[in-house]
Amino acid sequence: MVERKIRVLIGKPGLDGHDRGAKVVAFALKDAGMEVIYTGLHQRVEAIVNQALQEDVDVIGLSIMSGAHIPITKKLMELLKKENLDDRLVLIGGVIPSKDIEVLKEMGVDGVFPGGSYFHEIVNFIKENAFKKRKVAGGY
Amino acid sequence: MGVATYIKDEKDQVKEVILQSGIKIKPVYTPKDLEEIGFNYEQDLGDPGEFPFTRAIHPLGYRSRVWTVRQYTGFGTPEQTNERFKLMISHGQTGLNVAFDLPTQMGYDSDHPMAEGEVGRVGMAVDSLKDFQIAFKDIRLDKIGTGLTINAIASVMLAMYQAMAEGYGYDKKEISATPQNDILKEMVGRGAWIYPVEPSVRLIGDTIEYSVKELPKCNPVSVCGYHIRESGCTPAQEIAYAFLIAFAYIDEVRKRGYEAEEFVGRFTFNLNIYGNLWENVAKFRAARKLWARLLRDRYNVKDKKALFLRGIFGGGGSGMTKQQPENNIVRGAYYALTAALSGAQTTALCSFDEAYTIPTPRAALISLRTFQILMEEIGLRDTVDPLGGSYFIETLTKQMEEKILEEMEKVERIGGMVEAVKTGYVQKEVAKQAYEYEKRLQKGEVVKVGVNKYTEGVDMEVELHPYDEKWAEEQIKRLKELRATRNNREVQRCLKELKIAAETGKNVMPYLVDACKAYATVGEMADVFREVFGEHKEPNIF
Repeated sequence: MVERKIRVLIGKPGLDGHDRGAKVVAFALKDAGMEVIYTGLHQRVEAIVNQALQEDVDVIGLSIMSGAHIPITKKLMELLKKENLDDRLVLIGGVIPSKDIEVLKEMGVDGVFPGGSYFHEIVNFIKENAFKKRKVAGGY
Repeated sequence: MGVATYIKDEKDQVKEVILQSGIKIKPVYTPKDLEEIGFNYEQDLGDPGEFPFTRAIHPLGYRSRVWTVRQYTGFGTPEQTNERFKLMISHGQTGLNVAFDLPTQMGYDSDHPMAEGEVGRVGMAVDSLKDFQIAFKDIRLDKIGTGLTINAIASVMLAMYQAMAEGYGYDKKEISATPQNDILKEMVGRGAWIYPVEPSVRLIGDTIEYSVKELPKCNPVSVCGYHIRESGCTPAQEIAYAFLIAFAYIDEVRKRGYEAEEFVGRFTFNLNIYGNLWENVAKFRAARKLWARLLRDRYNVKDKKALFLRGIFGGGGSGMTKQQPENNIVRGAYYALTAALSGAQTTALCSFDEAYTIPTPRAALISLRTFQILMEEIGLRDTVDPLGGSYFIETLTKQMEEKILEEMEKVERIGGMVEAVKTGYVQKEVAKQAYEYEKRLQKGEVVKVGVNKYTEGVDMEVELHPYDEKWAEEQIKRLKELRATRNNREVQRCLKELKIAAETGKNVMPYLVDACKAYATVGEMADVFREVFGEHKEPNIF
């Protein structure tokens, strides 16, 4: 069985338009051999979850710079559960104060990578955990 | 971003310095370098205030007039913004620069589902003329110039500013507003776009045309290389893209039968400072010179004042770090020094806590004091263009000029800026630069103090700008009251007229002013354009 590529959806929820971080991480994950889909800006969480479902991704990474990471993540986790997507790896990046990292993890977020995180940390984390978490493992 | 690459030998001697724009710096410059570039004082520099304005646009520089400091302010409710405006003015700030929250920037009323959690968060919430009346209460609008940091619906906000000022008894001829109003850079770098490229550019054309006729003291466009640089491009690309964006707007207005000469003097620029000091100084000097040349040669502009590259040169947020945030105070001081050595007419700094939040009052005040120390304590007012004539700076200025032209040509080859934004060419180029830089930073090839070198030390606790859910409640309550008490028939009439104007290609500005005066909401006016123009789709760059 050939191990398939990890599929990642990078999402920009809400109205914030600062997408430098999201795009840079997308390039890094692509270079690391993953398939990357970028939602584009100004997405509602519902639309991101819907796209995750349509594209059958293994990983959902949201980039949030506006300070609204707590309510947005809460909504994301609820919707993922509702759509039976709660076996997907969830990553949050952006401007995340350190005191909020635990809060996000308690909500069920797998990894929090604030601005300034190293690419190799993100890549390794995804490679180690994406298929482990997902009920359908590395191949079909 | 913006840090040069240093190649060193085993003894830690610097062997090579490569600026981000791709220019190598030599260890020593001599008169021979000036000879090699064919340096000619009259042609390349001219006296300050003389074509091509490389040295300065005013003959006496800061001696005749110190720069305007315009810190970005505005948060929460209009009442809070009004208080902060007055505080900054009492501390000596001479211009205002209004931050709007994201729902306002994106044309949503505060009670729209997309606005949830965002009302008043990164700027002031504005739903209607009422909010502007509160925010600008007791501010001398004939004395203070106001920057309005809004783009997709800058037309709406400019109309609202006029409506507000007229309500307070000012004549529209005496008010001075500078809406940012640069949608192409939003599509490349900042992301607050709504409508597709062409109708967006047309709205900008409407504001320029209207300002020429009705608002003689307003500067309808502030072309922002700033945000494109924040998104990752090189300093040379920053200027190249800004100029090409300006040309796109010039061409839009020329289509309507105006000559560039009649309106281009109103354009201002918003340009970025962070990273290498020399590269930035050379960039601004080259930019002033090129802008004057290009306007003269391409658009036949003759009026001296219309050839000035005017604007705000401000410290960039990307230079600031979350790590060891006190260092940002020092960085800010060097960026301010760069601005002064570059002859900035208007300036602003990102505050030291800006990597976390919009500035707290204490941080905003430190920025303001930084500028005052430069101008009033250490001598930056003494003489114009103090670096002029330096073998190094003049050589570098010439090299930057060539780099800028090179970058412009790349975009012009594919049909100019509107085309390049529609296809995603510029977006991709900028994102690629950001990625390359990030890789170099992570490998330690470029140094960022406190981030990838000298990381020891305790991070200071930054006091965060508070966000209170109550602001949204208050704002929504006021909005609901407004909808219930205004003359809704008049609002509907105004919106209908606005729609017809948008559909038939009439200048929308007078219709927006009427709609604002009738207390139509920002969301209602923005939705009229959504209906008529549709929404922008991002080209895929991956």
